Amino acid sequence: MPEIDLDPRREIFDQLDQQKLGPLWLIPIRKAAVARFADAGFPTRRDEDWRFTDVSPIRDLTFKPVYEASGRELSGSIRERSLLGGVRTHRMVFVDGIYASELSDAPLIEDGVTVIDLKTGFESDALHLQEHMTRYSQSDQNAFTALNTAYFADGAVVKVERGVSCRTVLHLVFVTSGGENGVTVHPRNLVTVGDGASVTLVEEYIDAGGKAPCFTNSVIEFVVEEGAAVEHIKVQDESTRDFHVSGLYAQLKRSSRFRSHSLALGAKLSRHNIRTRLDGEGSQCVLNGLYLTRGEQLADHHMVVDHAKPHCESHEYFNGILDDQSRGIFHGRILVRQEAQKTDAKQTNKNLLLSDEATVNTKPQLEIYADDVKCTHGATIGQMDEEAIFYLRARGVPQGVARRMLMHAFAGEIIDRIECDPVREQLDRVVWDRLEDEGV
Amino acid sequence: MFKIENLHAGVEGREILKGVNLEINAGEVHAIMGPNGSGKSTLGHIIAGREGYDVSQGAMEFKGKDLLDLGPEERAHLGIFLAFQYPVEIPGVNTTYFLKSAVNEVRKARGLPELDAVEFLKYIKEKAALLQLPGDFLKRALNVGFSGGEKKRNEIFQMAVLEPCFAVLDETDSGLDIDALKVVSNGVNQVKSPDRAQLVITHYQRLLDYIVPDFVHVLYDGRIIRSGGKELALELEERGYDWVIESASVEA
Repeated sequence: MPEIDLDPRREIFDQLDQQKLGPLWLIPIRKAAVARFADAGFPTRRDEDWRFTDVSPIRDLTFKPVYEASGRELSGSIRERSLLGGVRTHRMVFVDGIYASELSDAPLIEDGVTVIDLKTGFESDALHLQEHMTRYSQSDQNAFTALNTAYFADGAVVKVERGVSCRTVLHLVFVTSGGENGVTVHPRNLVTVGDGASVTLVEEYIDAGGKAPCFTNSVIEFVVEEGAAVEHIKVQDESTRDFHVSGLYAQLKRSSRFRSHSLALGAKLSRHNIRTRLDGEGSQCVLNGLYLTRGEQLADHHMVVDHAKPHCESHEYFNGILDDQSRGIFHGRILVRQEAQKTDAKQTNKNLLLSDEATVNTKPQLEIYADDVKCTHGATIGQMDEEAIFYLRARGVPQGVARRMLMHAFAGEIIDRIECDPVREQLDRVVWDRLEDEGV
Repeated sequence: MFKIENLHAGVEGREILKGVNLEINAGEVHAIMGPNGSGKSTLGHIIAGREGYDVSQGAMEFKGKDLLDLGPEERAHLGIFLAFQYPVEIPGVNTTYFLKSAVNEVRKARGLPELDAVEFLKYIKEKAALLQLPGDFLKRALNVGFSGGEKKRNEIFQMAVLEPCFAVLDETDSGLDIDALKVVSNGVNQVKSPDRAQLVITHYQRLLDYIVPDFVHVLYDGRIIRSGGKELALELEERGYDWVIESASVEA
């Protein structure tokens, strides 16, 4: 196919030097990924999984993968820019995808918790990375994940040893500088949590107020071992000029517990692909998300929850509040394999439209091969409850506040599921403030 | 205090109120009775400022202010309160939080300082005891999972908290057993004072044993066809509405 031969991405890859490709074991993986990308190309709307999201604006961007820090000064401190600046966390900051030690807390290597950057990890923990990295995302045909695998330069390696409860909230902050057109960042993160261990991890994406559109294409892989518990909170608040695609791959072992929250506030176009595999009996998975969109924004959540073993539970809850001409997309597929008897799986997607021009495409999907399972799904799209607004106003609450109370309550259904108190309280305030700006 | 003159109002071209006249002075309790579909609840909603009704003619004023151009919250700030026939369940909105916001908005509009959290809690706990509301209801989402009786008690509780000058009770008795009716009426009577007025909309005379009206009006087909003292309610209880309707049509 000649048009693919012309793809600049392939050309760039062929010219990458050894240093950029990383350790030897990674090179064939990267080559396979770039070949897979070249083969598939960017998805089009003819592809069922991308029916509602047109990624041609991403295809048309200049492609400039980042391998080194630009040295550009960011305006304002990370603490001010971060939505969780007021929360005590262990912060690791990446600027345009590259680890910025001067903006981060000191690397953590103590008491069974390791939080280091990927380049350090390649040197100090090569075997661990070789064992896990790319392993859980490899089977996915997603072109963006392939692109990330081919080009990633940096990211975080988080390791919690067996039996360790990490009390500090770990916080990865990815900042796009917006200093140069077409900057493409490919953060690559690996989180492994040993038997019986637990951790809370925030993954935050923000911009530094630059003018040029950026494309962030991140991947995070989780390995949650037996009896381990993970709470993961992804917050995406990039500039509405930016493009954001992310892939989350989680492998859940026996009796483990994985909660992943997604708060999508920013970006012109965002797509969060979640793939979780319940690969051990008695594991539990909660995927919980909120998208607030306005203007021309598009927020897409796409997930496949794969029940491979019996007696597992999964719940997906996604709520969206959409204004102006913005669009929300939810695609949730629950796959229950033949072996996965006694599966309990639920998913709901609820949407609140504030404008006549906002649209939602929702597609809950069940694919069940076992016969003794409990699976439910549902989706709603509605408008503000005028009856409730009248009730509140009749008690003296002004119309704007009444609307905000109802939106906040709707968003609260999601935010309230965050178990980490300081993070939940802070994000609740963030959402409340965003709703204040909402056109009334 | 409150005055309606020749009020005509309807929905989507259908006229529901066809020339209502009503005057209520401070210290008075008025009752509006009438068969189903006569326009009682519509009247309550229009007083509270519900959107969606077309007022084609007439005037409505409260303490000399024209009400018809005001939004529901502005009317509430002036001291008008509607106890809903069907209180709305609002998931995710905590009762205490909502009430604090309502009380402080009303105080703000009246130039009073806002209550802080401690003052406010102390204040509402006293009022809650009055209505014998279950201890946890202040922490629950507004009306969610409340029984019919609890919802009505919550309405009267909110009225006690907001201390309106003019309260409209829309079928507050419906769905209440006799004990709940006594508690609710007791709450209503506690709010009564010489500078306040109440308009009780009801189907049955029963409520008026507890909340004794000074005047009783019969609303039928969008008009008040008869007014009288509290004995009119007893007569209606005994003889039904037909005789009033018949004599009204004879007069017409």
